[in-house]
Amino acid sequence: MAVLRLEGLEIVQGDWQLRADLALEPGSATALIGPSGAGKSTLLAAIAGFVEPARGRIVWNGRDLAPIGPADRPVTLVFQNHNLFAQLSVERNVGLGLRPDLRLDRNDWNRVAAALANVGLDGFGPRAPAALSGGERSRVALARALLRDRPILLLDEPFAALGPALRAEMLDLVARIRSESGATLLMVTHLPEDARRIAPATIVVEGGRAHPPGPTATLLDDPPPALAAYLG
Amino acid sequence: MASRARTIGLGARLAGASALGLVAALTLGPLVALALRAEPGRGLGPAEWSALRFTLVQALVSATVSVALAVPAARALARRRFAGRALMVTLLGAPFLLPAIVAVFGLVAIWGRAGLVSGVLAPLGLGPLDIYGLPGVVLAHVFFNLPLVTRLLLQGWAAIPAEQFRLAAQLGFAPRDVLFQIEAPMLRAVLPGAFTLVFLLCMTSFAVALTLGGGPRATTIEVAIYQAIRFDFDLSRAAWLALIQFGLCTVVALTALRLAADAGFGDGFGAAQRRWDADRPGLRVLDAAALVALALFLGLPLGAVLVAGVPGLAALPASVWSAAALSLGVALASTALAVTLGLGLAVRIDAARARGRGRATEAFGLVGLAASPFVIGAGLFIVLHPIADPFALAAPVTAAVNAVMALPFVLRSLLPALTEARSVDGRLADSLGMRGVARFRLVVWPRLRRPAGFATGLAAALGMGDLGVIALFAPPDVATLPLLMQRLMAAYRMEAAAGAALVLVTLTMALFLVFDRWGRGRVAA
Repeated sequence: MAVLRLEGLEIVQGDWQLRADLALEPGSATALIGPSGAGKSTLLAAIAGFVEPARGRIVWNGRDLAPIGPADRPVTLVFQNHNLFAQLSVERNVGLGLRPDLRLDRNDWNRVAAALANVGLDGFGPRAPAALSGGERSRVALARALLRDRPILLLDEPFAALGPALRAEMLDLVARIRSESGATLLMVTHLPEDARRIAPATIVVEGGRAHPPGPTATLLDDPPPALAAYLG
Repeated sequence: MASRARTIGLGARLAGASALGLVAALTLGPLVALALRAEPGRGLGPAEWSALRFTLVQALVSATVSVALAVPAARALARRRFAGRALMVTLLGAPFLLPAIVAVFGLVAIWGRAGLVSGVLAPLGLGPLDIYGLPGVVLAHVFFNLPLVTRLLLQGWAAIPAEQFRLAAQLGFAPRDVLFQIEAPMLRAVLPGAFTLVFLLCMTSFAVALTLGGGPRATTIEVAIYQAIRFDFDLSRAAWLALIQFGLCTVVALTALRLAADAGFGDGFGAAQRRWDADRPGLRVLDAAALVALALFLGLPLGAVLVAGVPGLAALPASVWSAAALSLGVALASTALAVTLGLGLAVRIDAARARGRGRATEAFGLVGLAASPFVIGAGLFIVLHPIADPFALAAPVTAAVNAVMALPFVLRSLLPALTEARSVDGRLADSLGMRGVARFRLVVWPRLRRPAGFATGLAAALGMGDLGVIALFAPPDVATLPLLMQRLMAAYRMEAAAGAALVLVTLTMALFLVFDRWGRGRVAA
């Protein structure tokens, strides 16, 4: 079974560093939680190929991802902001998940429409991103992630700006997508209730280290001192 | 609303009103004088039509070439990290401060008939190059404006969120896709404003047209005004030309203001963004070539000024030092006036903005963009001529006109800081009852000092290097350093001109650096 391993990983940026030595089960859903500046987003960026580790390896299914560029990694990263190109319509933004040059045939456009329908945006295709709410933009980004069909889905707090009800709705959508696609999910969050909602496992990032994943319920019910200090 | 009204005290209101009155007198007065002096029904003769045509053509070609060359240069700077990048970005600001006459000297040394390029071409049986006329005017304007557009574009690139390039990398965008989907929207937003700004600057540039243009086929409207006053003493013709120039520049300036988001003088250039699409050998070579070409194009003329200037120091006539002293005096006076007027206007505009108004006052402050020194200068000449000897008032008139010309840059530096101080700290200061001098010292000044230092340095450098209205007013025995340098060049005393160029550029840069560094100092609040 395909598994994501971070083997002796060290990310160094000036005086700051983060170490990680852990593995994620295939098809698992894991939350990344920890204080601001601890390195949660940087860890996702490294897995996605945007940050080069100083040492160690990121291995997927036995294969070191180091020589593989961001486009060819088995990864889709949904950013906190700026997930859409403002000058492209919703359907063209989603279509980029199939071909970056947007040379799509009729079948491709049908897949785009189906992906939009899957995230609850049926008929939104011709709209401009500026005409969408924050939640709708996040859904568009998820629709594109669906079409990319990569086995690892990384979420860098894309729902942070949404209200509680809408965020819960989006998390349920993510959980459904993950369950249908079988993708391995790794999600940055600041909120324990988000982790409880869709991530059975949680990685605590603090003190320059990403700890191996532990059961979310146990960690949050009886947090270790560093996590307790963060949760307040 | 009541709390907002307290943000401006009586003293500040008086200062604002005085500044507004003085700026109005210095701009509207000359314009009214021009309108009254222009004889109705006189029309345009062939020489005026030719000047109009040449003004527009050279501005169009200069702006097009500047923008076209700035795109690859800015893109290379935006996506490459290399040692010296920060220095290169800083040096891109230098041509804006460089006295035009010094730049012309450097360009002639590289591109002239006896210049470096002609020397390289000679063994190949090519050349020599002729720099005078349209090619020289365009070359000099590109030298000044290519760095300005490059900086504007660089700010545009820096404003693209890093996530967009990461998203592009994740989606496997080719360089072409990045260009069309990410860079083209930014270019569409920035380029029209940049083009119009450069077009305007080229329309109102006098020193370049005077030294590298000339002759019936290469005379701009500004040079024609100069000739009408200095050679023909035809004030009616000068007034007509000045009104035409003002009308054209107003249209272009209003377009530029509408289109230009930022003047590109501030920060915001950032570090180069990591670009996965550009990790290709071919693109690396292309970017390296663009950067080397940019560095050579800008650096060689500056180097030529240094190389020729040092031996030229020995050949300096004594008049250089009296001219330098006059230049310093005029520059410092115009700077003091520009900053005082700018601060008064900025306070007034900001207070009006808080009430959702202030655009009319702002337009006054920016009139220096539309009314060139020659338009104001010609108007002042007509105002002064019946009551005093304009030639005897060369220094104060030059200082006053240069202050109005520097005002748009001063306002653009000060206003954002004032607005930020009001919007960020205004309510807190209101709630604590902070007013008057204490409010200015503790709340406003810490935010204002840095842009104030920059604006003062900029105004001083522009005043020091100005070769505009002084050429119109100065009698033969009086000269600022740029005017003296122009006279030395016209008399083919190139060695002395080189020495004067070095003195001028040193003084200009020193003035800017002194004020700018003062602005960056710690604020004792």
